[in-house]
Amino acid sequence: MYSKGFKPLSVATVVAVATALALIFFYAPLDADQGFVQKIFYVHVPMAMVSLGGFVAGGLMAIRHLRSGDPSWDVRSYVAIHLSIILGVGVLVTGSIWARASWGHWWVWDEPVLVSFLIVFLLYCVYYPLRFSIEDPERQARYSSVFAITAGAFVPLNFLAVRLAQAYTHPRVLSQTGGNLPGEMRPTFLVSLVAMTLLFVTLWKLELTSKHASAQLKSLRRKLAAREPAAV
Amino acid sequence: MPALPLDEAGKYVVGAYVVFFTLVVVYVAILGSKIARIDRELEELNELVEEDR
Repeated sequence: MYSKGFKPLSVATVVAVATALALIFFYAPLDADQGFVQKIFYVHVPMAMVSLGGFVAGGLMAIRHLRSGDPSWDVRSYVAIHLSIILGVGVLVTGSIWARASWGHWWVWDEPVLVSFLIVFLLYCVYYPLRFSIEDPERQARYSSVFAITAGAFVPLNFLAVRLAQAYTHPRVLSQTGGNLPGEMRPTFLVSLVAMTLLFVTLWKLELTSKHASAQLKSLRRKLAAREPAAV
Repeated sequence: MPALPLDEAGKYVVGAYVVFFTLVVVYVAILGSKIARIDRELEELNELVEEDR
């Protein structure tokens, strides 16, 4: 069901990640201000963007679930949010490493981008206890979808609020005027972003395939047990 | 803050990339073990069905 096109997608992901790494370390120039430490940017920022995009995608899939009543959309939404939280851990850790190297502190509490991402991350951490505290599968899916839509709507609002914030020290990557990315850094960043997106989609499909196979197996066991209770 | 020298900056850059790849590898390993378990259980079921016949 979900494994369709998985092989070419995996190959594209491996090629994209390898290309991104080659561009990061052999093509993109050293940043005049930050030097070699700026290389963290090519993993940290795409990871943050894909993670936030994954949260929004999870919300959109939850809308599909509530509209159609098809539980497979709830599973899709759950896996997207689950993966985004894992990437979120990566964003917070790599961001901290970059902050330590660049600003001399592991965490800066008056930095709106850092704190807003932490708020979004903590908000989504609530998703697990909410989801798994409900035993009835139908209610679990419905409540989780409502949470995913509400929290998913919060993500772009949060992003806008940060953009409008006055105290701005975090480097801006992309803007209407071209942002702070000169020359070879821009294509390198874009390839990194594509690679991260492909990686997200590949892992999302992989987990969905595993969940689908597991569900099929359970259903098969139930059917066999119903036919011959002593055998299974 | 002035840019860190390459030898000092290197450990931070390596650290960040190691964190990223570790997350991906651990995630894939966990999924791999789940898929292996499903495969084992499918084999068991297959054997049970064969025995029934």
